[in-house]
This record gives sequence, C-alpha cells and structure tokens, in this order.
Amino acid sequence: METIYLDNNATTRVDPEVVETMLPYFTEQFGNPSSLHEYGNRVGLALKKARGQIQALLGAEYDTEIVFTSCGTESDSTAILSALKAQPQRREIITTQVEHPAVLALCEHLEKEGYTVHYLAVDGQGRLDLEQYQSLLSEQTAIVSVMWANNETGTFFPVLEMAEMAHARGVMFHTDAVQAVGKIPMDLKNSKIDMLSLSGHKLHGPKGIGVLYLRRGTRFRPLLRGGHQERGRRAGTENAASIVALGKAAELALQAMEHENTEVRRLRDKLEKGILSQVNYAFITGDPDNRLPNTSNIAFEYIEGESILLMLNKFGIAASSGSACTSGSLEPSHVMRAMGLPYTAAHGTVRFSLSRDTTEADIDRVIVVLPGIIDQLRTLSPYWKYNAPVKESFDPAYA
Amino acid sequence: MWNYSEKVQEHFFNPRNAGELEEANGIGDVGSLSCGDALRLMLKVDPDTETILDARFQTFGCGSAIASSSALTEIIKGKTLDEALAVSNQDIADYLDGLPPEKMHCSVMGREALQAAVANYKGEEWSDDHEEGALVCKCFAIDEVMIEDTIRANHLSTVQDVTHYTKAGGGCSACHEGIEDILNRVLAERGEAPVGSNLQPSDSRSEGHIIPDDQVSGVWVSSSAGEKAMTAADVAADAMAALSQIELPDTPVVPDTAPVTGNTAKPVMNNLQRMRRIEAVIERVRPQLQRDHGDVELIDIDGSNIHIRLTGACTNCQLASMTLSGIQQQMMEELGEFVKLIPVKSAAVGV
Repeated sequence: METIYLDNNATTRVDPEVVETMLPYFTEQFGNPSSLHEYGNRVGLALKKARGQIQALLGAEYDTEIVFTSCGTESDSTAILSALKAQPQRREIITTQVEHPAVLALCEHLEKEGYTVHYLAVDGQGRLDLEQYQSLLSEQTAIVSVMWANNETGTFFPVLEMAEMAHARGVMFHTDAVQAVGKIPMDLKNSKIDMLSLSGHKLHGPKGIGVLYLRRGTRFRPLLRGGHQERGRRAGTENAASIVALGKAAELALQAMEHENTEVRRLRDKLEKGILSQVNYAFITGDPDNRLPNTSNIAFEYIEGESILLMLNKFGIAASSGSACTSGSLEPSHVMRAMGLPYTAAHGTVRFSLSRDTTEADIDRVIVVLPGIIDQLRTLSPYWKYNAPVKESFDPAYA
Repeated sequence: MWNYSEKVQEHFFNPRNAGELEEANGIGDVGSLSCGDALRLMLKVDPDTETILDARFQTFGCGSAIASSSALTEIIKGKTLDEALAVSNQDIADYLDGLPPEKMHCSVMGREALQAAVANYKGEEWSDDHEEGALVCKCFAIDEVMIEDTIRANHLSTVQDVTHYTKAGGGCSACHEGIEDILNRVLAERGEAPVGSNLQPSDSRSEGHIIPDDQVSGVWVSSSAGEKAMTAADVAADAMAALSQIELPDTPVVPDTAPVTGNTAKPVMNNLQRMRRIEAVIERVRPQLQRDHGDVELIDIDGSNIHIRLTGACTNCQLASMTLSGIQQQMMEELGEFVKLIPVKSAAVGV
C-alpha cells in the first residue's frame, strides 16, 4: 500500500539532493574544520558555503550571524539563557501560552529559579492581544520569546511588529521560527529580531542540526563553552555533514518558496474543503486567514484524536493529533486549551501538515477515506446517534 | 505511536459487542467528553441466575479505551454478577496481552463501568472514589495524585520515602526530578525545607547510617527519613522490598528503625533449613516474574553466594538488575544474613 505522509510539521523527508550533498562528509571529506591542513580546510570552506546558504534563506545581513547548534531546542535554550545571563539585572521573560515545549518547559523551570514569566494568552483563533503585550514590556524584561508560526495550528504571530515594540522599550526579541523557516519569505536584516531558532529536519534537512540566528551586536553568553567553534558562541566540533546538508536544504527551500505558497496551499485548501463538505460537527482550528500554507488542524467533535490516527494509519495515512491520548498526558494539547476549544472538540483534533512532496493523489485519497473513519468512530461513541450528537442523554455522574 | 499489542489493535479495529443493547437491564456510564474518554456498558442480566446473558458497549476514547471496552464485554459474558465483579482491571489488560503504562487507566475505566452497571442493575448508587493525575513514574505507572496523597497521608519527605510507599521512582529513576517537585510543593505547604536539603551531610536530620559502597546491597536500608544520599541501586532495591511488602504479606516487614545486619537478627539454622528457605523465596517471587513473562530458577548455593538464572522476558529486561536486587533483599530478610545473588549465563546483567 502506498503510504501518504501528512505529518511534515513533525519532520520532513530528507531531500535526496541533500543526502547526496552530505554523504561525502562522512567519507573522503572527514576533516576537522579547525585543522590547519588540507583535510580541515576543505571542510571549513564547505561550512562557510552552508552559512551563506542559510543567510540567504533568512535574509540575514552577515553569514557570521548564523550559529550552528544541534537542534531547535538547543537554539531556544541558548537564546533565552543567554539573554538572562547577559542582563542579570533583568528578571522577567515574556512568552506565550502556546509556545513549543522547548520554550515553555524551560520557562517553567526558570520560574522555579526565581524568574518571572508572563505567558500571553490567545483568543479562540489563537491570536495574541498586542495591548496586553505592550503593557508587559518593561525595564525588567530580559527577553521576549514568541514563535513565528504555531506548530499545531500553523497560526502566525506578528513577530515583526512585536520585535519593533520590544526594541522600542529596549528589550531583546527571540523567535522560535522552526515551523516558519522555509515556508514563508524572511528578511531579517530589515527586522528588529535579535535571535531566531530553526531546525534542519523541518525543511527537508537531517535531524540533529539547528541554527541560532544571532544579530550582530546582540549581547550573548554561550550555552556550551570549551572551544573556539562558531566564534566561541557554541563550542564543540562542528557536525560538518549535517551543516553542509542544512545549507543545501536551505537553498532548495528558497527555490521551493513559491511552490509552497501556491501549490502546497492549494492542496491544503482542497483537503479542508473536501473534508468539511462531507463531515458535520468539524471545524478548522487557529486563524484560517493567517497561517502556514502547509498546515491544517481540524477538530472533529465527539470523537477522540488517537483513534482517528490509528484508523488513518491502517489506511496508510500519517497525521498527528493534539489529543491527550497520543502524548500519554491526561490533558489535550496546551495549544487547544489556550484557545479555549469547546470540550466536545478538544480531544478530537487532527493535524495534517503537507510539504512539497505532497501530491494531488495523496489529498484525494484522504478526502475519500477520512469521512468513513469519522463516521465509524462516531457510531461507536455514546455521544452520537443518527448522525448528530446526543449528549443530553449521556451524561455520566462519574467523570 | 504506542506500542499496542496485536490484540489491542485487533479489538480496536474489530470491536466485539459494540453498539446499543435494547433489552439492557443494567447500564453503567463513566467518563466524560472533557476527560477524553467515556464508556457506556450495557448488560442484559438473567434475574433468576444473575448471569450476564449479553453485554454491549459504546465508547468515546482512544484506541486502548475502545479495545478495553471490547475485551471487557467478552470477558464478562456468561459470568454471574459476582464472577464479573471479581474481574480486575489487570484482567482486562492481561486479556489484551498488556497495555502501555500510560494506558492502564483505560482498563480502570472498564472496571468502573462494570461496577456502575452492576450497581444500576441492583438499583444501587455506585460512587466513584477514583481520581487520577498525570503519570509521573512510567516504570510502575504511578500518577501524580497517588504520589501526592501518599506524601500527605504518611508525612513523607524524601524521594526515597516516596519510592518505599508507592514504588514510584524505583525503576529507571528518570522521574526523580518530578517526584522532588511534588514533594517540594507539599513540604512548602507544611513549612518544611525542600527535598535537596536532606542530602546535605550537615543536615541535622541525617542520622541514617553511611553505607559503604562495597556492601551497599548487602545491608538492610532504613526507610526512615533523613537517609544519606543513596545510589540508584539502593533505591531500586528498596523499591522491590516495598513491592514485596505490598504483594507478599507473609514477608517480614522491613524494620523502619536502624538497619539490622545479618547474623544476630535470626537464629542459626542448619544447611537444609537454609536451603529450603532460599527455595521458598524463589518460589514466592516466581509468580510475579511469570506475570511479566519472565522466570527465575535456583542454580547453586555456595556459602553466601546464591547462583540463580533469570529466564524468559527477564533475560533482556532493563529492570533485571532491579529484579535481582529485589530478590536478594527478600532473601536476606528471610535468612537474616548477608547473601549475594549471582546471575548465571543467560542473564546478561550485573548487580
């Protein structure tokens, strides 16, 4: 059976061209870029080229603003911890309730260490209240960390505007752009963003490689010390093969940017229309008019997300869910809770995330298969009868 | 993706007895939409014999919730109400060849629906005293509510205490930070110092014995608060000791005063008596291991060295060293002397 991969916000297939580019760096090009001989020199030049490719994708002013890390999570941690260490008199952080755990879990940890963290709330469509944000910016704020696009709903936050607002108050601004990089054009040199995190495997590069964009002149304290690599900003021998690969992935992402925002978007919209026209009690979560072109998060009321995923998987379709049961926690995703999704739908969200690999046939098949799955699970549910909810007659006293 | 057994998947994709039961005379409803799972169990009971003639279910929930419901109906059909009530959530999980620890609550929900349905048939009210929280210890499936309640009820103040009382933290120890967080929250309410302070050698409450590393597993460990910093092996050994107390009531209770070392604690016995006692311990732990598809056999007794072999699922089990420590602990309690358990060949583990 042909499998259909619609979980590209989790990870993407490494582009074959990227694989081809990286392979020699495991074999003949094995040198340490720090070495003063030909082996090292060749790898050093390759890293320089990769830095330039990523600079181009981000629209950064200098290639030295690109610092290679091991992943998006490391970039996030480095950015936030650096801001705190570099400005010890500032003890507050501003972030949002719907950040990735890479930021949220760190912030919760920092709260225990005595820092104050302000978590901006979102409305029902996942949008921030910029007035609330403005009122929280102060001389106490060490850093603002706000994601560019939400990983679950794809909803954009107005990071360019928010960075301007932060700078106007003399506050440093970081954005976790792991989902946005490669999907929308960026021009960091003409923005006020000080730091930005990205991850290789979200844009058809390998896992285990990330970048922290660090605007020239930004006060910085490294997370890892012990070597001069990355100009002393991230010690540790460079992951040369993956860096070269990420450079190639960035180049390809730039080439595919147009396709992402036309063709991928068209397929995503077709998928949503195809499903919602056949399935009742279902709706799109997040802000439909302001989100990533590849992401669709649909809530199906009165059924549970994990069982939808298991059924889809049986039909060779890979998607993901914000349901509690997929993560082993008892609560549905923090993003869905923050948006105040109705309790009838909070456990039944399914995320489809497309990529440039997605085909028309993939989407057509999902549109054919999914309504039957929803119907079957609703038939099993005590909350459903005759194609409509019956929750009045099923209300256990023991929750 | 969860590591669901074939049987769970099979019952999910082809649920037995799904749908409404028109002639139901006992209905149990549990769960809620906001909790993410809910189950209606419908029974048709023969009033003369109190036998369950038919059982059907409707479930809103994840794969294992649906599979657990399906399994439950299959198990109880044809049983009398009393027989059915004897079905435990573990029975439901066993019927499905096991559930991931995070999913055990699905089998609990099945059992609750059964109790509710029987109560409904008898015209009684069934009250639910079950509360659950986020899973903290994944090795033993212990949740936050249970840990917090146990800390409060028993005035616990160290991670080691929590492991003694709940087993939580006795396995891979990855959740120790989480347990400390819960402890610190409760300790703060009680106005006591946070957990970390117990580990300071200068702390006035540290009256426990310092255990030399070379005999760390050869001494009974006090369960009193204020123990010195412990190695993971100690905690694991303690966890098994606590486990044995719970599941094997005839095992001597670990003294919670000062540690007792071997020979003075029990009268001297002859070789034959000693051997029988060793065998008895082995026999006693076997059902526990067999439940997890493992087993243990006694190979040889050479003074204080007892050679055993772990087989079946124990062979490659990451918790095998913990199992060994646990058996060793029970062995020492039974014999009242220091013994060392030595795994032979097939058990590729070190104590």
